[in-house]
Amino acid sequence: MKRFYLMLGVLTLALGAMLVYLLKTNPSAPRAANQAPPTVVDDGFRGYTMGSDTAPVEVTEYGDFECPACAGFAVIQMPTIKEQLIATGKVRWRYRDYPLPMHPYSRLAAHAAQCAGEQGKFWEMHDQLFMNHSWAQTGKNPTGLFRDLARAAGVDVGRYDACLQSGKYSARIEFSRQEGEQRLVNGTPTFFINGTMYAGRNNSDAFKAAIDSAAAARRR
Amino acid sequence: MRNRQAIALLALVGLFVALYLWLHQIGVGGELKCGTGGCETVQASPWAQQFGIPVAFYGVVGYAAILTVALVGVQPAWLERRGPTLLIAALATGGVLFSAWLTYLELFVIHAICRWCVTSAVIITVIWLVTLAGLRRKGGLAERG
Repeated sequence: MKRFYLMLGVLTLALGAMLVYLLKTNPSAPRAANQAPPTVVDDGFRGYTMGSDTAPVEVTEYGDFECPACAGFAVIQMPTIKEQLIATGKVRWRYRDYPLPMHPYSRLAAHAAQCAGEQGKFWEMHDQLFMNHSWAQTGKNPTGLFRDLARAAGVDVGRYDACLQSGKYSARIEFSRQEGEQRLVNGTPTFFINGTMYAGRNNSDAFKAAIDSAAAARRR
Repeated sequence: MRNRQAIALLALVGLFVALYLWLHQIGVGGELKCGTGGCETVQASPWAQQFGIPVAFYGVVGYAAILTVALVGVQPAWLERRGPTLLIAALATGGVLFSAWLTYLELFVIHAICRWCVTSAVIITVIWLVTLAGLRRKGGLAERG
């Protein structure tokens, strides 16, 4: 019996020490990737696109990965838009980052998507971030979750980690935000159809009508 | 007695695993140490909370209950009584069923595996098997060891 209590005591101490160790390590998000850079340089990048280069209509979306309305749009409307408008060659879709200041991890998420993008997996990561959007409601540091999502998106995690730690795309993300600001974007998601701000409803039917109208205007 | 001692030690390890997951879910500490697994994906999924309570907290309560009953069960006054083994069997059966459901969600709904959750599922299954072995022995009376 004494041996049992001794084992119980030793095990409790060992597990307690292990718990403290596990909880103490790595508490913060990569700083460089999650903040605006001191200087902004135009690297010529104008957002990842999806769809045909010869499509008559281009939609530019200014989005924030932490924004619930953007997630709702990506999850509910985008599948129909992809199927009926992008896959059919009617529309080319462009995504631009517009991280809102009240969202603590939207720059980190945008950076995670850029790091996936350099491996050719931007849209896969875009979908992962929006499809698993509960991270945006918890307020918890999502760095580890983003790594899981990157892995699920087919990204090489070693290269992804190095990219995120370097914060190499923070200037690009801030440039995109400033560009949106100049175009009078004041919320997310905001869309431009062939360069004109779209003021209609954010559903696939309304988009289809607006895009048909823009394509007709181009033909005239 | 050895039977209940083994259950107590296993429940202690299970309690540690559940405590780690629960503390992480309520925002204590950084990211989960998970190797190549998908712990964060599982923990961030809508199924990580049931009735507004983190799933891991049910584990903390369950393992703490099993540990307490097992420790009471090794006391001389309770050694020959069947009650503690029956109570542990009931708790462990609930735990095994709950873990099986969570493992199903990981594999077929969330499509990500959390190693800590699998560890907990293995621990509760072993506790269940050890308890069943205890129930079969001498009509469920605890073995003196």
